[in-house]
Amino acid sequence: MDKGLYLRRRLSAQFNLGLASASAVFGLVWLGLILWGLVYNGMKGINIDLFTLETPPPPGDEGGGMANAMVGSLIMVSIGTVVGTPIGIFAGTYLAEFGRFTRLAVVVRTLNDILLSAPSIVVGLFVYELVVKPMGHFSAFAGAISLAVIVIPVVVRTTENMLLLIPDSQREASAALGVPTSVTVRKVLWPAARAGMLTGILLAVARIAGETAPLLFTALNNQFWSFDLNQPMASMPKMIFDMALSPYKAWQQLAWSGALVVTATVLLLSIIARLLVPGTKR
Amino acid sequence: MSSVEAEAPPLNVDLQSDRAKSARRLSRENRAFGVWTFLAALTVIGIFVGMFVALLVGATPALNKFGFDFLTRDAWNPVKEDFGILALTIGTLATSVIAMLIATPIGIGIAIFLTEICPRTLRTTIGTAIELLAGIPSIIYGIWGLFVFAPWFQSVVQPILINFFAPFPVLNVLFAGPPFGIGVLAASIILAIMILPFIAAITRDVFAITPPLLKEAAYGLGSTRWEVVNKIVLPYARAGVVGGAMLALGRALGETMAVTFLIGNAHKIWTSLLAPGTTISAAIANEFAEAVEPIYQSALLAAGLFLMFITFSVLALAQVMLSRVAKHRGG
Repeated sequence: MDKGLYLRRRLSAQFNLGLASASAVFGLVWLGLILWGLVYNGMKGINIDLFTLETPPPPGDEGGGMANAMVGSLIMVSIGTVVGTPIGIFAGTYLAEFGRFTRLAVVVRTLNDILLSAPSIVVGLFVYELVVKPMGHFSAFAGAISLAVIVIPVVVRTTENMLLLIPDSQREASAALGVPTSVTVRKVLWPAARAGMLTGILLAVARIAGETAPLLFTALNNQFWSFDLNQPMASMPKMIFDMALSPYKAWQQLAWSGALVVTATVLLLSIIARLLVPGTKR
Repeated sequence: MSSVEAEAPPLNVDLQSDRAKSARRLSRENRAFGVWTFLAALTVIGIFVGMFVALLVGATPALNKFGFDFLTRDAWNPVKEDFGILALTIGTLATSVIAMLIATPIGIGIAIFLTEICPRTLRTTIGTAIELLAGIPSIIYGIWGLFVFAPWFQSVVQPILINFFAPFPVLNVLFAGPPFGIGVLAASIILAIMILPFIAAITRDVFAITPPLLKEAAYGLGSTRWEVVNKIVLPYARAGVVGGAMLALGRALGETMAVTFLIGNAHKIWTSLLAPGTTISAAIANEFAEAVEPIYQSALLAAGLFLMFITFSVLALAQVMLSRVAKHRGG
């Protein structure tokens, strides 16, 4: 028996696994620090004004809130979701049902997976060229479109994944009754995959609720209440960006509190999305 | 009942019956539904191609004026309308590479911890927490980096780095003062923290598909836990880990908000990692809305086109690597 070899192997195992544990602790500490910093700095400015008042004018020392940005975000995220979701669901249905084995589906699947991680700033440039430039001015409409462009790939991916989880025997049973594919999709497959598809939509909403880059030069920003889709509109992420980079303490406080609100919203949406699908990840 | 069947009308009349009508209606609807899903699938291709075309059209004036030099020259002068994106490209590549160098080993460490070391009860909790953190918007990392991390980095870490590396020939240039707080290294570290949960989550998923039989066989031969990780799990998951890392690299290259807050937005080629710089995405985020001169705007669009080209290439490679893993699993 070579005792030295055993000792070396045991020590090397302990050392390397210790390193892995240490890196886990190290990584989690940083992430914990970020959440703690966010709560600590953000809570100071959480009050009724934050949710009811519009943003204060530039010296920025008179308090004020972010209600206009919250409403703006709500409007643009809603439109983005309403526009992007049906396209995503239909395209996902094509990939899983109508064109599952076609060459087109392979192309769409690959491009969709690339779009899923595409830089959001490039999406902003795309919508600027597509919408803002022809219209001649920044608008909430352009902002909503850029968010829709981000929603589509997320919904396509989850829809296809969820439909593919359904066993083919259900499709065959439906076909054996003489039911056309479209009715099978609407009455059998979509209801069966509903929870998973809803999860995908919620995750897409969570993603665009915090997206800043695509709004920078599409919806721009607005200090005041605005419900006009044809005009620039405030949004939470863009407002946080502008206020954090301002020199005024009161504005920076608003940025922290806004960041806390956005993070809480995003985390809540992701948690609800997860709870919808018991027993499965993602 | 049989009498009803016997009195069935001739075929040409049957075509007008309610049953036949509804069958034809269903068939029409079926085809229409299929066409709608087909058009939606084409929309995805349309967005992809549209992005390239829109950015290419927007970038054409700048590309015509500056030619290939646009990529290789260091110039950024909106007043003289002279542009070249070398400094931006270096910033983008450097921040992403440094972030990957920091985040990849730690992310793999977290994945090993989660799959092999962590007690089963904590496994789902920590795993879910990491997945949730991967979904936090990048602007949050940016604001924390600017107000919490950068001041600490400036007053505590950077002086130590500057003093420590001062005696070494090459490293003292890389870590030359003064400590600004914000800068290339600070942006890279925040970027690393941001992609860390992403890498950890993907790597853990890839590790999880190692067949238990292989691991048990190795344990049966008397392997230590580390030997199982090092000689069974890691080789088995290699393609997936590389694919996941490339996916993270693709995200890091295009990441905008976290970097914009911390990079310092200085259009010059830096030699010290502590100096402020800029990246393609940060330059676009900062300057595009204010770029009124057509050639200035076109230069930023051309930079965006180049960024899109790099990230999409990296992401496509990542897809190839990951699809190999999927096939492995399917076979």
